[in-house]
Amino acid sequence: MKVLVAVKRVIDFNVKVRVKADKTGVETANVKMSMNPFDEIGVEEAIRLKEAGIATEIIAVSLGVAQCQETIRTALAMGADRGILVQSDAELQPLAVAKLLKAIVEKEKPELCILGKQAIDDDCNQTGQMLAALLGWAQGTFASKVKREGDRLLVTREVDGGLETVKLKLPAVVTTDLRLNEPRYASLPNIMKAKKKPIETLTPEQLGVDVAPRLVTLKVEEPPKRQGGRKVASVAELVDKLRNEARVI
Amino acid sequence: MDFGLSQEQQLVVDTVRRFVEDELYPLEAEVERRGFVPRELGREIQRKVIALGFYAPNIPQEFGGGGLDHLGFTLLERELGRAAMALTVWWGRPSNILCACEGEQRERYLLPATRGDKIDALAMTEPGAGSDVRGMSCTARQAGGDWVINGTKHFISHADIADFVILFAATGEEETRSGRKKRISCFLVDRGTPGFEIRPGYNAVSHRGYHNCILSFSDCRVPASQMLGGEGEGFALANAWLHATRLTVAAMCVGRARRAFDLALRYAVERRQFGQQIGKFQGVSFKLADMSTEIDAADYLTLAAAWQLDQGRKADRPIAEAKLFASEMLARVTDAALQIYGGMGLMEDLPLERLWRDARVERIWEGTSEIQRHIISRDLLRPLGG
Ligand SMILES: Cc1cc2nc3c(=O)[nH]c(=O)nc-3n(C[C@H](O)[C@H](O)[C@H](O)COP(=O)(O)OP(=O)(O)OC[C@H]3O[C@@H](n4cnc5c(N)ncnc54)[C@H](O)[C@@H]3O)c2cc1C
Repeated sequence: MKVLVAVKRVIDFNVKVRVKADKTGVETANVKMSMNPFDEIGVEEAIRLKEAGIATEIIAVSLGVAQCQETIRTALAMGADRGILVQSDAELQPLAVAKLLKAIVEKEKPELCILGKQAIDDDCNQTGQMLAALLGWAQGTFASKVKREGDRLLVTREVDGGLETVKLKLPAVVTTDLRLNEPRYASLPNIMKAKKKPIETLTPEQLGVDVAPRLVTLKVEEPPKRQGGRKVASVAELVDKLRNEARVI
Repeated sequence: MDFGLSQEQQLVVDTVRRFVEDELYPLEAEVERRGFVPRELGREIQRKVIALGFYAPNIPQEFGGGGLDHLGFTLLERELGRAAMALTVWWGRPSNILCACEGEQRERYLLPATRGDKIDALAMTEPGAGSDVRGMSCTARQAGGDWVINGTKHFISHADIADFVILFAATGEEETRSGRKKRISCFLVDRGTPGFEIRPGYNAVSHRGYHNCILSFSDCRVPASQMLGGEGEGFALANAWLHATRLTVAAMCVGRARRAFDLALRYAVERRQFGQQIGKFQGVSFKLADMSTEIDAADYLTLAAAWQLDQGRKADRPIAEAKLFASEMLARVTDAALQIYGGMGLMEDLPLERLWRDARVERIWEGTSEIQRHIISRDLLRPLGG
């Protein structure tokens, strides 16, 4: 079974994100970029499927600027077999990404696509679902466990009420949650091998996908500064403040 | 000229950094408090690093090592330098000099050291011979087909966990242009060889948990097959293989300084006095500016020296400059970082006081700052007849 994993280049989770002075977005110049942590989990899961003899080939796909190659290279160093970069300087919104991934799926014919449940930059949590819908495939989102059973995939999902297990018909789309696995470190031999693994570069035009944004960002602002807490002397005072000052009850 | 890292180099840096932060940092406080690393914990670190294919990264691939070039290895050492040496010693980087092993020496020493089956230590210094290594009084004399070793070595790092030592001893004297000199040879001596004893050394202010030992040899007999290189070739071997070890000291200093700096930088925006962040006071912010400048300078010196080695150029002076500057920079940067923390900086609850103490030895081992200055100035003056 061929597995396709999507890997997004995002601002490293350790970086304190700052809004640009003109409020058009967040500052990315001279900021450390890394693979979206949920995608790392996706790559790890694909490698485990390969180690278990279930997956035969792992293709890491990234979409965006030329430097996304580095993100693909990280996936290759972890153990993915080859990469595909869909290069574009345009802002790629979830729907565009899902359409591009669909085009790649049609070209590569994987039986399983693994995506992060969301990317830690915009936290959209949409791409996996959109991709499954566009393909008409089964989907198992927020996966904390993935197990193959015959031609089905058992996916344990983290839902609000606890855990839910769904049985998916393949081909399918799975999105990863935090507890699915702990991604491995890249090994030195794999780092050295990664250089020799192929990365194919495509463009949205070659894939025949219109990536024009459907959403417009009006303004990006810092979240309001947290106010200090306040102590109240009695329950009566608390209720009074909640009702008359905070106006929440 | 390209100052950027290749994707491969960046991956090495990222991977080692992550391993150090996730696997080693959490162990440091306990190791420092107890003053040693339990053997089983050390072995566990070793196993993880072996599984990652990162063990013996400096040894060529043909011998089973990681095969990093000097620049790659220097970057790795820089990241390892962030963590306590008591822990990173288990991330084996066997001495490069083992690559001079011939024939069955490879099977007995080089290959097991590369696999992690054996750990090596290097014994040069003696109570009476530090900077003046040639002044050593440890001797080996020929007896039949064997060599018989007598003498004492001290300050020998991690000999407590070593399975064999790479030993330098005088095997005679010879006339040279600059007078009579000792002929130095190199031996591979197994722990447990009769007449060879490894004793605990001194408790040092730096790198608690990373121990130095005293080695004593009394009529310790080793077969001629355990001589590394030829008789009298000890210094030639050391010069060919060990000069790069100095560079690893420079690299570690840069990594450690960066860690201290990052802590200080964060504190400068978190800590408030007189109603504002202390980083708003020029007395603090200018310190940060100087620290950053010095760390970058040391970093570039170090990487440039490694690059020279990779070009096959002679790099004694660049290496000495990097070692000198980086180790002295580390002292200033850890001191300034501690100052920015105020009283809290001195407390064992934070890693700063340890980084500050650990910094002290870097100006001493692998050639003192004075010896580095000697190497640099000699290289400058000699061509002019100085
Ligand atoms: C913790 C620790 C671990 C060590 N590990 C090892 C090890 O694993 N293997 C090993 O072989 N050695 C090891 N060493 C030894 C280390 O390399 C020596 O300490 C170092 O070379 C200095 O020697 P010394 O301490 O005898 O000082 P000395 O050589 O006695 O120097 C004393 C002072 O005189 C100065 N001085 C000496 N000669 C000159 C000169 N020509 N010009 C100007 N000033 C000079 C020195 O710079 C220094 O300030 C270790 C040392 C320490 C502290």
